[in-house]
Amino acid sequence: MRSKTVFQQEFKIKGGDFVNAGESSCKIRNILKEIGIDADIVRRLAIIAYEAEMNVVLYARHGAMYLFVYPDKILLKIKDMGQGIENIDLAMRPGYSTATEEIREMGFGAGMGLPNIKKNADVFKITSKVGKGTALEIIINLNGKNG
Amino acid sequence: MEKRKIKLSDIVKSFDLKVECSKNSLDREIEGGYAGDLLSDVMAHSKKGDIWITLQGHPNIVAVAILKELAGIIIINGREPEQETIKKAEAEGLPIMTSDLPMFELVGKLYESGVSGLR
Ligand SMILES: Nc1ncnc2c1ncn2[C@@H]1O[C@H](COP(=O)(O)OP(=O)(O)OP(=O)(O)O)[C@@H](O)[C@H]1O
Ligand SMILES: [Mg+2]
Repeated sequence: MRSKTVFQQEFKIKGGDFVNAGESSCKIRNILKEIGIDADIVRRLAIIAYEAEMNVVLYARHGAMYLFVYPDKILLKIKDMGQGIENIDLAMRPGYSTATEEIREMGFGAGMGLPNIKKNADVFKITSKVGKGTALEIIINLNGKNG
Repeated sequence: MEKRKIKLSDIVKSFDLKVECSKNSLDREIEGGYAGDLLSDVMAHSKKGDIWITLQGHPNIVAVAILKELAGIIIINGREPEQETIKKAEAEGLPIMTSDLPMFELVGKLYESGVSGLR
């Protein structure tokens, strides 16, 4: 589908940076609110962006989120350079996590991030190469619900 | 469902909470409550206007509360939030409070005073 981009922006994410983790997601939420996107859609995208951003912080060296707002949909792409995922079916399973004990103590590693992203997305694609990195592509349809 | 409006300032007084930051935002109404230490669980199940009870004190809890539009955070078991957490929450006007009580006691008291996890 070809449609005009209303807005687009890139957000860099640093692996292992727990102090700034989540800030890109907060920025994305503010932008969507400002554009006047429906509150329910902003809430869904906030969950998606946060879980994707945290996975980059937890499992990759660095990465970026790309936000594209179209008249009829929102596209969020997340790409990282990191360890990659060996078995995507397993990673998508609720409760599956490879988080270390130290990271679990911080409250990460419930194995709910990817399932929650999928649940809140209208279209969800994930590709990954072990030792190279992971890419997510998420679409949420606006169905005329954009402000 | 009929519900009495409860403000953050009410529970600060009733349960002797220590306010760590954002003292100017205590006028906020609490619409409900959620308790948990797993961040992706809180992301998935907390609702707008909830008071969040947790033992986590690291800076990432601020992002969770902002993204989910929570009313505020109470850290339990006498734990202190990290300095960076307070700095971030203050900048966002997000109240963080602390209590010496364990999770079960505090949640029970909040529930008794009319804060519910269900809407
Ligand atoms: N970007 C990524 N790079 C490499 N591995 C990943 C990435 N995202 C997820 N994984 C792998 O998939 C597993 C499941 O991810 P998911 O986000 O569902 O849960 P989690 O991050 O372990 O815990 P939670 O998200 O609940 O805090 C992770 O433990 C990790 O092994
Ligand atoms: Mg995750």
